[in-house]
Amino acid sequence: MAMHRRKVLKGLAASGASLAVLKAPYVQAQAGPIRVGFLTIKTGPLASGGLQMEQGLVTFLKERNNMLAGRPVELHTADTAGNPAQARTKTQELVERLNVSVLIGPLAAFEALAIDDYIRSSQTPILTVAGAEDMTQRKSNPWLVRPSCTSAQPSHPVGDYAAKELKLKRVATIADDFAFGWENAAGFQRAFEDAGGKVVQKLFSPLNAPDYGTYIAQFKSNLDGIYTGHAGSNGLKFIKQLREYGSKVQILGGFTPVDESLLQQMGPEALGAITGNWYSAQLDFPINKKFVEAIQRDYKVDPGVYAAETYLCGEVLEHALKEIGGKIEDKPAFMKALKGAKVPNTLRGPVSFDELGNVVGNIYIRKVEKKGDKYVNAVAKTYPNVSQFWTYNKDEFLKNPVYSRDFPPAKNLEN
Amino acid sequence: MQGQFWIIQTLNSVAFGGLLFLLSSGFSLIFGLMRIPNLAHGAFFMLGAYLGYSLLIRGMNFWVAAVVGGLAVGLLGVLIERFIIYPNGRILRAIGRFLDAAIFRPLHVISFDAFWRGLISRFRGLVGNEQGQVLLTLGISFIVADLCLLIWTGDPMTLPAPEALRRPLFVAGYAFPTYRLVVLGIALVAAVGLYLLMERTRLGAMIRAGVDDREMARGCGIPVSRLFTTVFLLGATLAGIGGVLGGPILNAYPGLDTDMLPLALIVVILGGAGSLLGAFVGSFVVGFLYNFGIALVPDLAYFVLFLPMVLVLVFLPQGLFGRVQL
Amino acid sequence: MKRASIISLAIAAAALVAVPWIIGGDFYINMASQVLIYALFALSINLMLGYGGMVSLGHAAYLGVAGYTCILLVTAGYNQLTAAVIAVLFSTAFAGVFGVLSLRAPGLGFIMITLAIGQIVWGIAYRANDLTGGDNGMSFPARPMPFGFDIRDAKSFYYFTLIVFAIAFFFLWRFSRSPFGASLVGTKDQPRRMRMLGHNVWLIQLLTFVLAGFWGSVASILYVYYNLFLSPHALALQQSAEILLMAILGGATSLTGPIVGAAIITLIKNVISTYVERWNTLLGAIFVIAIIFMPYGLVPGCKQLWGWLQNRRKNRTLQHDAPSEPTA
Repeated sequence: MAMHRRKVLKGLAASGASLAVLKAPYVQAQAGPIRVGFLTIKTGPLASGGLQMEQGLVTFLKERNNMLAGRPVELHTADTAGNPAQARTKTQELVERLNVSVLIGPLAAFEALAIDDYIRSSQTPILTVAGAEDMTQRKSNPWLVRPSCTSAQPSHPVGDYAAKELKLKRVATIADDFAFGWENAAGFQRAFEDAGGKVVQKLFSPLNAPDYGTYIAQFKSNLDGIYTGHAGSNGLKFIKQLREYGSKVQILGGFTPVDESLLQQMGPEALGAITGNWYSAQLDFPINKKFVEAIQRDYKVDPGVYAAETYLCGEVLEHALKEIGGKIEDKPAFMKALKGAKVPNTLRGPVSFDELGNVVGNIYIRKVEKKGDKYVNAVAKTYPNVSQFWTYNKDEFLKNPVYSRDFPPAKNLEN
Repeated sequence: MQGQFWIIQTLNSVAFGGLLFLLSSGFSLIFGLMRIPNLAHGAFFMLGAYLGYSLLIRGMNFWVAAVVGGLAVGLLGVLIERFIIYPNGRILRAIGRFLDAAIFRPLHVISFDAFWRGLISRFRGLVGNEQGQVLLTLGISFIVADLCLLIWTGDPMTLPAPEALRRPLFVAGYAFPTYRLVVLGIALVAAVGLYLLMERTRLGAMIRAGVDDREMARGCGIPVSRLFTTVFLLGATLAGIGGVLGGPILNAYPGLDTDMLPLALIVVILGGAGSLLGAFVGSFVVGFLYNFGIALVPDLAYFVLFLPMVLVLVFLPQGLFGRVQL
Repeated sequence: MKRASIISLAIAAAALVAVPWIIGGDFYINMASQVLIYALFALSINLMLGYGGMVSLGHAAYLGVAGYTCILLVTAGYNQLTAAVIAVLFSTAFAGVFGVLSLRAPGLGFIMITLAIGQIVWGIAYRANDLTGGDNGMSFPARPMPFGFDIRDAKSFYYFTLIVFAIAFFFLWRFSRSPFGASLVGTKDQPRRMRMLGHNVWLIQLLTFVLAGFWGSVASILYVYYNLFLSPHALALQQSAEILLMAILGGATSLTGPIVGAAIITLIKNVISTYVERWNTLLGAIFVIAIIFMPYGLVPGCKQLWGWLQNRRKNRTLQHDAPSEPTA
């Protein structure tokens, strides 16, 4: 009875454990397929980003014909539904039952933190896209590599740009009231004030706030800019409502508010918004142009940061695999290749990693402009070689507490 | 600057209150008459918003889209009510006979018809089965929410407000979105309309009788079963229209249902279930609490609504205007 | 039918003990542990629901109170057993306060107060990030070593959970057969008569609430041990609703119903979701179908179905070809 059940289950697993198992055609491969586990969110409020992540990764594998470093790739996708406990269960399933050699994802910081100890104990290499700062700072995981960015990595340059090039003096920040929002806004605040600006007002809105009218009414009237650290549909809602209340103030943001996936739903209210991100669909690299074309062809939209980040993970993975001849089973060598990867041509430009596993690469200051009959993030300036520590000394940075609601302290708030 | 704050926040509060009234009046009606807390109400609202979006991008006039979207949701509500909540035994038995004749008898399986009747014999609908109502309405909300995700995908959708209403209005020198004031106006009209319906029409009298004492109403010859369907239709339609009208403010996104349902519950609790006046007053109370509470005590933003609700319930279990024994 | 139920109980117990041997593979053993933990949650809420008729939408609050307390104490250096005991006691005291507030309003009011208090606890967990880590959550350093046994691997942890579960189940079984349990059912069915008979209905309900909170807190500690992590998501309304649904789906009036409900929902969420992308629809559909055909839950419904089929068979053998009407 037991054997039969196990056979059935194995048969099920083999014949299509998830709706996204991609089998490669039989090739004279070295040592069987590379099994990649993909943790994403496909149901629930965060599904929008998660589905785009899947699109990006699927596009990457399709381009490579499901082959990396001469071996076929098996992709196993798991839906964590934005729930940390479920993320943990799915991770265990991917590692224990499906024997994946590497994980990509998860989307949310709290999911990544929930599986942190399991990653360490199971020694599973993971390329993550969640933004939580400490995962590559004070609580860094030796098995983790992050090719996308920390929450504040793109915000520092925006602060610098706003003070030095836009010459803004008085800015208010508003962000979602959770760790990502805090870290994102804190990065802007620190760099902006260090470059001569003043953050005169700091607001945080609950993640599930249905309406921002009450916040918009609180903004002071003589601001030069408003920085929004809202994620997902909240950014869309906030910017729209801000303009509806007649505010013409300059909008600033990190990498979430006017992401391409949201921009296509927005209208003139977004024009002129200045945001920082390691990606824009307008980037001129040939790899990116090909990527944008593929996404537009298959999904009829421009790719945003979510689709780009998993494509990027694929690129980094491929680079590392090529270095070790495809032998992903050699974990120490694989991790060394991942962390030491210097990939000159990705869809975001050149990337490398610091000793804590976080990416060092270009950050682009983008401005929302109208191109034809749609709105795009045109690249206004490129900051090269931006690390998670910006221009600060790494040891000093790590001695400070992690970015939060109260750190760095806002000394210029006005009442 | 201080003046601006108070004026804008007050306008925010009443505008939000108007939107909440459109959301919760339906819930209050359904609960008042049928004693069913329709936990799928948030999902109805969200479905209305998504339907509105689809109709609007096909060029339909905004107000027509609101009515059509509302009625579509209302129709869904009627189907649910007729088949599940308070089912018509004849229809269910006919289904059993049909399946029996078409599938099971030709296969010489056990008499499916008898089996089916045995299964549904204990199903008296959900009136009175409080736990069953929770299970059912939550189950429906899961299904509706997941199907919305399937059809419209996970990206948030903006509903465009009518062109003419997109410029801000200037109230006492301060800009305020015109559209929100229009929604407020519609909510007031709806409140008056519902009031007239309840107080001046025969249907309203029957509904009020049913709310006060269902058994007596039945005893007086009021067709309570048909009344239930009508009220559910009305409630669901209101939710759907509310979704379309709220769309330009709130957008349509996965999770809209779970964001709005607690608000509807709070309004109905504060105002008292079954009372239209209660839903009206409750909506504005919540509007003010939300807007001023968040602005004045930002640290309590997560509890600014639940804390007062607990206080009201602890001291006034019937709510402010409650007529129905909760 | 006493002997039949003892036999079925023995078979079930044997099966549970043998699970790791039957299903092999750490992943599935872990799944079984999860089912037991959620089953305990469902059983605890069923004390209030099935016997007392009280619908609570705030049960996940215990995860917050007991869970965070335990994590904070262990992180601060307290010994594991002390931390667990203090956490459970503190959470049970909280249940007392929770109960006093909730019992102020009957019916829908009760549901709403429990929802509101559950949300307030969630809000505190979210906001007090210095204490609870906010939405990033807190990780639990390590599983305890009860009596020196290492429960870090899947099989040992399963047996540990099974033992706790068995104790809880025994307690609940005794409860359902006790005079107190009977008086609780009385307060659900006929509160006015109970009062007339001299029972303090309010006190009975409060004690039940506290007991439900106690076992909910125990399950919360198990949850923390299993996941080694806790974040406000575990306290959200969705989690409270899920626990409630497990009890209702399985059958609130039966002792084993919540276990069945917990198994179904946990397995669909974690296992079926790998194969079925629209698992939320599937879950919703199960709720709807279950309520139509088995309005009092799956276990009572199946029992009735079984009885009906038995009767039919009996009638058939008695009345050969004569047309028979179902006697159900």
